[in-house]
Amino acid sequence: MELLKKYPNLFQWLFLFIVFFFLCFAIDVPETYKFIRAQAEFVKDPNQVSFTVLGAEVRYYPFDNFWRLPPLLGWLPIWVNDSIVFLLEEWMPIEVWNEDLQEFKKQPLILILTRSISAFMTFVIELIREIPLGGVETIVAFTSWEWLDANPWAKLPGLPWTVVTAGTAILGYKLGGKGLGIFAGVTMIYVSIFGQWEPSMQTLSFILVATPLSFIFGLILGIMAFKSKTVEKFLNPIIMVMQTMPQYSVLVPALVLFGNGDHAAVIITMIVAIPPMILLTLLGLRSVPLEVIEAGKMSGCNNFQLMFKVLIPTARRDILIGVNQVIMVCFSMAVIAAYIGAKGLGWNLLLALNQLNIGVALEAGLCISLIAILLDKMSLAWANKQIDYFGKLTFFERYKNTLFFAGSVIIGVIIAYIGSFYLINGFNYLFEIPHNKGISTAGFWNKGVDWIFDTFFYSLKLFNTWLITEVLQPMRALFLRMPAVATLVLIIGSGYIIGGIRSALIVGGLSLFIALSPWWDRALVTTYMTVFGVIVSCVIGLIVGTLCFQNKHTMRFMLNVCDIFQTFPSFVYLIPVMMLFGITDTSVLIAVIVYATIPAVRYTIEGLRSVPTVLHDVASMSGVTKIQRLLKIEFPLAFPHMMLGLNQTIVFALFMVIIGAFIGTEDLGQYILKALSDKKGAGIGLLLGVCVAFIGLIFDNLIRTWVDKRKKHLGIV
Amino acid sequence: MSKVVIKCDSVYKIFGAKAQKMLQEANGNVDAKTFQDKGCIVGVNNASFEVSKGEILVVMGLSGSGKSTLLRCISRLTEATAGKIFIEGVDLLSLSNKQLIDLRRNKMGMVFQSFALLPHKTVVENIAFPLQIKGIKTQETIKKAMEMIKLVGLDGRENYFPRELSGGQQQRVGIARSLAVEPDIWFLDEPFSALDPLIRKEMQDEFLRLQLKLQKTIMFITHDFDEALKLADRIIIMKDGIIEQLDTPANIVLNPETDYVRRFTEEVPREKVLKIEDVMDEISNENLSDFKVSKDSIIGHVANKILSQDKNIAVVDDSNQIVGTVNPSKIISTVFGGKRKNI
Repeated sequence: MELLKKYPNLFQWLFLFIVFFFLCFAIDVPETYKFIRAQAEFVKDPNQVSFTVLGAEVRYYPFDNFWRLPPLLGWLPIWVNDSIVFLLEEWMPIEVWNEDLQEFKKQPLILILTRSISAFMTFVIELIREIPLGGVETIVAFTSWEWLDANPWAKLPGLPWTVVTAGTAILGYKLGGKGLGIFAGVTMIYVSIFGQWEPSMQTLSFILVATPLSFIFGLILGIMAFKSKTVEKFLNPIIMVMQTMPQYSVLVPALVLFGNGDHAAVIITMIVAIPPMILLTLLGLRSVPLEVIEAGKMSGCNNFQLMFKVLIPTARRDILIGVNQVIMVCFSMAVIAAYIGAKGLGWNLLLALNQLNIGVALEAGLCISLIAILLDKMSLAWANKQIDYFGKLTFFERYKNTLFFAGSVIIGVIIAYIGSFYLINGFNYLFEIPHNKGISTAGFWNKGVDWIFDTFFYSLKLFNTWLITEVLQPMRALFLRMPAVATLVLIIGSGYIIGGIRSALIVGGLSLFIALSPWWDRALVTTYMTVFGVIVSCVIGLIVGTLCFQNKHTMRFMLNVCDIFQTFPSFVYLIPVMMLFGITDTSVLIAVIVYATIPAVRYTIEGLRSVPTVLHDVASMSGVTKIQRLLKIEFPLAFPHMMLGLNQTIVFALFMVIIGAFIGTEDLGQYILKALSDKKGAGIGLLLGVCVAFIGLIFDNLIRTWVDKRKKHLGIV
Repeated sequence: MSKVVIKCDSVYKIFGAKAQKMLQEANGNVDAKTFQDKGCIVGVNNASFEVSKGEILVVMGLSGSGKSTLLRCISRLTEATAGKIFIEGVDLLSLSNKQLIDLRRNKMGMVFQSFALLPHKTVVENIAFPLQIKGIKTQETIKKAMEMIKLVGLDGRENYFPRELSGGQQQRVGIARSLAVEPDIWFLDEPFSALDPLIRKEMQDEFLRLQLKLQKTIMFITHDFDEALKLADRIIIMKDGIIEQLDTPANIVLNPETDYVRRFTEEVPREKVLKIEDVMDEISNENLSDFKVSKDSIIGHVANKILSQDKNIAVVDDSNQIVGTVNPSKIISTVFGGKRKNI
């Protein structure tokens, strides 16, 4: 009894596990149970049971209710899908003037709305795209095809690549000095001579629309949430789900609403990129000291000035992290959005991966990553730019960048014009190096892959087989062996022990939703892969982070590496693993581990760094060894912060597991991909995404509650 | 009496959802304890006073005494729950938002305890900020800001960022910023509390030097009684939102009205606070010493010389006119004597 009073938590956990394992052993696997059957598949089978809700028939294989809960929510995806279709095709028809038929026609409101948004987006994207690539869409939008035929001079070519490169380099120089200028120039030259110009510019045009729009909307919504509690309460749950929802699953509804193409890609990118921007804006605005706000008021700011001249600049640090996130998400979406017809590098990358042409994929991936890093650095430099009021500049000094750019336009155009007389194999390399006509290292990489395969085939294969048969299969079997009731008890019990009734109710509700959906088995597989990835990532992250923390230079180096790796679009991680391990679960898991290790390392370092230096001195004066200090002082104090890293690690791992569906997994992600090619897939895709988000949120809730409690306990808030 | 610039009339500030209603029920008789039991916190309790043009009024109180809240009511950073506040005869609480902004842009300046500089702006940009907010051309604001930089002695650091400055330097920027629009009314909310003692003394002297030149109407908040004595023309001592005493430094030291005030005054070295005029007698036709003292001298500074005289000493004003006499023994009794009611 004494012990029980001393460690009440320990005994609670013990009791929970005893109940859990008892349930696991007490409930047998039904004989008819076979994994893989997602339960609500539309195959007619006499063994299935069915029920009908709201006109949707749900068929499933009945099991003992303790073993697997019946998919009582099976009608939901169908209903959601029907609702979207209804909204789009029938709801609120209004009269619209039809230009072609010269009469009023009835059209549903939402359809008109989505069409107008699509048209607007397409216009803006084309406008930007036609500057480097040339084209007539924009001119036609203002005039007509007939006009264009009558005025052939209006068919202007785009700017030669030399001009765009020079312009980017000058902009880089203006914003961030010599280093950034050179980096910008080299990146653009690389992109050009490797024959990636056209897809790169396509991707860039799409990003240059999506990023500012996401930034502006995120900022506005963040400001609104800051000003009004109601808005915040409304936005909060949506943001939470959106942040953990896999990007794939938003594709399907977007496809239904906005159709196929760049415009849909921009919209969907915005949907994914806006939530983190809102969150970081809010965080930044909240952390502005009260006295600074008062100082602004006493300086006579009106509300507008207070927001844009005092609050937002003061919150700049967090808002910039938001911008960085937006850029990251946009580039990662540039690849994923290729599924719904976004042109450019992403499309090439997907195609190459599909054909297992690792070399080409690597080049496209490198291009995306380089442009992503460039844009990230430029936006940072732009935000940190300083104005010089005192320099007495001559006319030349003041306008030198503009002059240089004007010069580069003239020279570039002349060179391109001269080039047109010396056509090399019919291509004017001085104007644009066409796709696949530049230097290519693809052959080299492919040979490299072949070489690796030939040389290490056996050891790789051995490792692969070992991992799959000895680790992954048993782990998966264990996860699937859990009766649904036992799992629910475990989750709800953990929630109760960590955060009381409130937490128990939240995680219970979330897990019950998944249990009642038709995809419980798939969700278990997703969870198992995530858990495996997270465990390995955390071990690596902890070790690497701790080691790097011992030295200032290695620490800074590691943080920079994390920064750069984080800028890579998530799809890029699949390239090297496919190179090494081909199309297996191992590939997915290794990609997951690499991707999820980034936050693990970062938060370990930051957690250790957050330990006050005074405590180091205290420890040293108490005569501890380095190891003792690490174990007794630094780890316990850094632990809450590190746990937040665990949170991020889980989200990252979950994302990568879902993206891994591209390689071929058997989890929720695979179903989301399937829903993409399903005519009625919108509802399924969306709800699968919600399921994944809920898995993330269960972990998130448990960890966050624990961290808050722990921090209060340690007195670091 | 010169012109009244700030006038407060029974100002109340009570925090809490039911503040307004409870205040009406209390009928002007607010008791902090009963209010607190019902979930309301009394910030300012029935404050009435006036500040005249060119005067330094120091509000002194410990943390939680409501001194900062009082200042924020007068600058209308928080809305007073009840009472009237007049700035140069205009009812502050009746001003529209636009009028209030106008008032702040032209009439008021404020310095903050934590400096509250904008981290993304350089020194010169920070100082020019209130001017830019008014819509003045950038070049002009920079020119004006450079003048202010010279005034507070930060020449050569105009392109520094706040994070690159020491605390004292940051507060100089804060002061320059609050003075950039040339306000008539100057609020200082514990401006020197976050500074080291030596820097604080330096800044206090700087502040007095500036005031000699600028002659603003000042409300100065502090929790440091010595600072209050050093800077004030008059002092308000606050406790739990109530004004305990409002008087000149000398009178507060010599005649503390409540026990609470007395606890502050007991430890104060009087010779460092009191001036000769506070202890002088009426002019009499007796034989005076050749030595003369100014009525504004601090006793501690001249005590040595006064005590070396046998006869009474003449006290003169600025124009060297004799306005009274002082007896050496009185100096001794003032400094070392107990609590005397009248001098």
